[in-house]
Amino acid sequence: MVGNIVLNIQNVDKTFGGLQALSNVNMQIEEGKIHAIIGPNGAGKSTLLNVCIGRLEPTSGTVRFDGEIITGKAPYEINQAGVVRVFQTPEIFPELTILENVMIPALAKRDGAFSFNPFKSMSDETDIFKEAELVLEDMGLIDQMYDHSGSMSRGDKRRLELAMGLVQRPRLLLLDEPTAGMSRADTNATIETLIRIKERGMTKVIIEHDMHVVFSLADKISVLAQGAIIAEGAPDEIRGNPKVQEAYLGGAH
Amino acid sequence: MNFFKLSPRDALLMVVFAAVVLLAPIWMKPFGAAYPDLLQKFAIFGLFAIGFNILFGLTGYLSFGHAAFLGIGSYTTVWTFKLLSMNPIPAVIFGTLVAGLFAVLIGFVSLRRTGIYFSILTLAFAQMCYNLAYSVLTPITNGETGLRVLRDDPMLLDKALGVVQEGSPIGSFFGINMRGYPAFYFCAVILIIGFFISLRIFRSPFGLKLRAIKSNQNRMRYTGFNTRPYLLWAFVISGMYAGMAGSMLAVTDPLAGAERMQWTASGEVVLMTILGGVGTLIGPMLGAVLIKYFENIFSAFNESALHDMFSFLPSWLETVMVTVVHPFVGEGWHLTLGSLFMVIVIFLPGGLVEGATRLFKRRKSDGVTNKNSGSEN
Ligand SMILES: Nc1ncnc2c1ncn2[C@@H]1O[C@H](COP(=O)(O)OP(=O)(O)OP(=O)(O)O)[C@@H](O)[C@H]1O
Ligand SMILES: [Mg+2]
Repeated sequence: MVGNIVLNIQNVDKTFGGLQALSNVNMQIEEGKIHAIIGPNGAGKSTLLNVCIGRLEPTSGTVRFDGEIITGKAPYEINQAGVVRVFQTPEIFPELTILENVMIPALAKRDGAFSFNPFKSMSDETDIFKEAELVLEDMGLIDQMYDHSGSMSRGDKRRLELAMGLVQRPRLLLLDEPTAGMSRADTNATIETLIRIKERGMTKVIIEHDMHVVFSLADKISVLAQGAIIAEGAPDEIRGNPKVQEAYLGGAH
Repeated sequence: MNFFKLSPRDALLMVVFAAVVLLAPIWMKPFGAAYPDLLQKFAIFGLFAIGFNILFGLTGYLSFGHAAFLGIGSYTTVWTFKLLSMNPIPAVIFGTLVAGLFAVLIGFVSLRRTGIYFSILTLAFAQMCYNLAYSVLTPITNGETGLRVLRDDPMLLDKALGVVQEGSPIGSFFGINMRGYPAFYFCAVILIIGFFISLRIFRSPFGLKLRAIKSNQNRMRYTGFNTRPYLLWAFVISGMYAGMAGSMLAVTDPLAGAERMQWTASGEVVLMTILGGVGTLIGPMLGAVLIKYFENIFSAFNESALHDMFSFLPSWLETVMVTVVHPFVGEGWHLTLGSLFMVIVIFLPGGLVEGATRLFKRRKSDGVTNKNSGSEN
């Protein structure tokens, strides 16, 4: 039985000049599941997520979230609808503290796309502070939360990114290689966190090169190669699929 | 009330700031700056820079046209004097509001672009205002002569209330004439209120979001914020501060001229903010005071004053010194300002406040070994 479809990607094409980055991609993401997208470098995985969050407009095709078309909407509208992206290269606010980095998305979730409150004090935002603290605790960043985020290690920045996404408790979380650049221990801790959130029923799309991560997390896997989906199914089916072996698993990795 | 609630640290800052401003006539004496005209300038340009910093310091958007709002504030104030009353309260209120209105228009258009293109758009708007004031709008601005209050102006409110003034019209706060020390204290109180509002904005979620926009605007969009209205509000607030400063210029001297809107005036507030420390609370005020102080000293020198100063030297050396120094003083004061600015930007890019913080930190770490203190502005 197929559950409720949260994200529905239909016939999406994307070309950059002469390069066909995505060709006729169809993908359905089920509510509450973890859906992994794998594929070699340059396959178009990040491009697909960019199309989903409004960073790029598809050349043709549509993306629906909860049945509503989100292609062509502004990135902030898509975020406010409940689709949150964790970036492949850390996108943080380097001049702000770690705590502030997490409080900002929490404010976006509570106050919406715009709210004018120049006479409120941040020190009165105890709810926001508690939410941020909770997530930072989860990600093991609580001890350094008053430090500037710009000077963190790359692995810590990835965890901060994840914290920024999680604090918004999105309906759909899009993770672009969340463990890239992390130590083995941090990777394992992150997987544990992701599994825990899975139990809370947050739907996730995850791009990952690390097969250990993919097979321990995913309910369903889509394989992307040269902009097209070449296979899709449960982890066991994908592992045994010869086409995948050839395009990806048996490759240079 | 919640509005006045400050953290103990900020409350202390507020008290110290107010005390320093209100006692300026006393502690400025040793510096030879304790006369009301100059003190008024400190307060007025301090307010201008504090407001400018809300845009430039928090969002990073560098406006090169804020003098336009200064001029608009001045013109509106003189018109309020002419039409309504010589009381500075309605004059300052209207000056601030009208400048705010113009800021909505100019901000709405200019904020469609970022970086250098934004700066150029604001500059273009300000130059437009400046040129219009000299040409098409002369009926409103009185062109090169400047707009002044005349004895036979309507002053409807004053007439209705039976307020009469002897002599040439001057701003009058319920009978207290707006010149000398009373005018300074009027400006000082507005400055303190302006500083308080700026402090509240810095500590608010709104202020935090503005700093985040400066840090990474794209990320803000993917985080769910519509950044444009935030920027517009910051622009309008800083425009209103500029309008208020312009109003106070006209309150202390009821005359408005277009030269107030020239690009050099816009550039000056940029210098003040950078000199003191962009994005810091007290930096802009500090920068404004320093620039106005040195302007006052340097521009007062003329050739004969220089000869007096170097008269202790042998006469050939005296001539050499006077020749070397002369281009930097009097009319040439801007040359000094430019050099000073270069020195600051090269050696202290964070401005004086950063310099002071660095000095303070070094002394602290000399005393306490291996203690990493958390960073604070
Ligand atoms: N903005 C862009 N302009 C032009 N070409 C782009 C752009 N973004 C991506 N591409 C190209 O599209 C192709 C797909 O890139 P994409 O980043 O989606 O790959 P990926 O699957 O995420 O790879 P990786 O595993 O390395 O992250 C690549 O050839 C890339 O060079
Ligand atoms: Mg990628």
